[in-house]
Amino acid sequence: MKREIAAFASGAVFSAGLCISGMTQPNRVLSFLDFFGHWDPSLAFVMVGAIAVSALAFRVSARGGQRPLFGGRFRVPAAHERIAPRLVAGSALFGVGWGLSGLCPGPAITSLATGELGPLVFVSAMIGGMSLYRGAASLQKGAAHSDAGHGSRP
Amino acid sequence: MLHLTPFVAPLLGGVLIGLAVAALLLLDGRIAGVSGILGGLVAPEPGESAWRALFLAGLVTGGFLARLVAPRALGGWNASLPLLTLSGLLVGFGTQMAGGCTSGHGVCGVSRLSARSILATATFIAVGAAVVFSVRHAGLP
Repeated sequence: MKREIAAFASGAVFSAGLCISGMTQPNRVLSFLDFFGHWDPSLAFVMVGAIAVSALAFRVSARGGQRPLFGGRFRVPAAHERIAPRLVAGSALFGVGWGLSGLCPGPAITSLATGELGPLVFVSAMIGGMSLYRGAASLQKGAAHSDAGHGSRP
Repeated sequence: MLHLTPFVAPLLGGVLIGLAVAALLLLDGRIAGVSGILGGLVAPEPGESAWRALFLAGLVTGGFLARLVAPRALGGWNASLPLLTLSGLLVGFGTQMAGGCTSGHGVCGVSRLSARSILATATFIAVGAAVVFSVRHAGLP
């Protein structure tokens, strides 16, 4: 139960951060990506603030013998994972989608709170795209018995 | 002081995002990567769905509360519905293929100085910028 409460609270604080920072305004995100026009660099500070705090947390978690407060283990990807072509190809596809709308997954899901059609259409399509990749990856895996893997390891 | 104000809110918001990442990691050992958390619901594993669904519910709840306080904090999507559909498909497919998005790679991975995540982040920012350039300044598509 406390794991679930922690997840809910983390999500709520996360989206409060997104809303305060301006990440839930796609026009501002597009202006951040507009390096060759009226570039608005302010959203770079979102990453600065977020990375400064989370880097500390990851350092704590990486110390020997540490465990999460609620038990279990830290599910952090291995330090020297191989760089696969799909990492770059996938990031490029994501970049195209991000550049077209100014929406990435966190702000899009947060924006469902508006009840407007735009975010709902985007999130539905995003889930469709995720299902497509998962389906394609598991087909490929079944065919090739490869260890290419899939999923959610950043 | 005035010219600094545009950076204060993003920095403060970023710190909150960092606190959320820290809480999920240090309490439950999880990475707060939104595309990974949602993707894990698309292909569910036993016992792994509740916390994911609740994290996402927390996102929507936070958005709802933020809107009560600051109605204009969310909005301004000018993209048409077909464009939002195409964009959503690409974001969903691409983030699963890459194993992360702005939060999983851009915040969590870069915080760990993961070479994979730094490469992923540089790629999606560069490609995103190229798309914005072609739409806004080169008249494409």
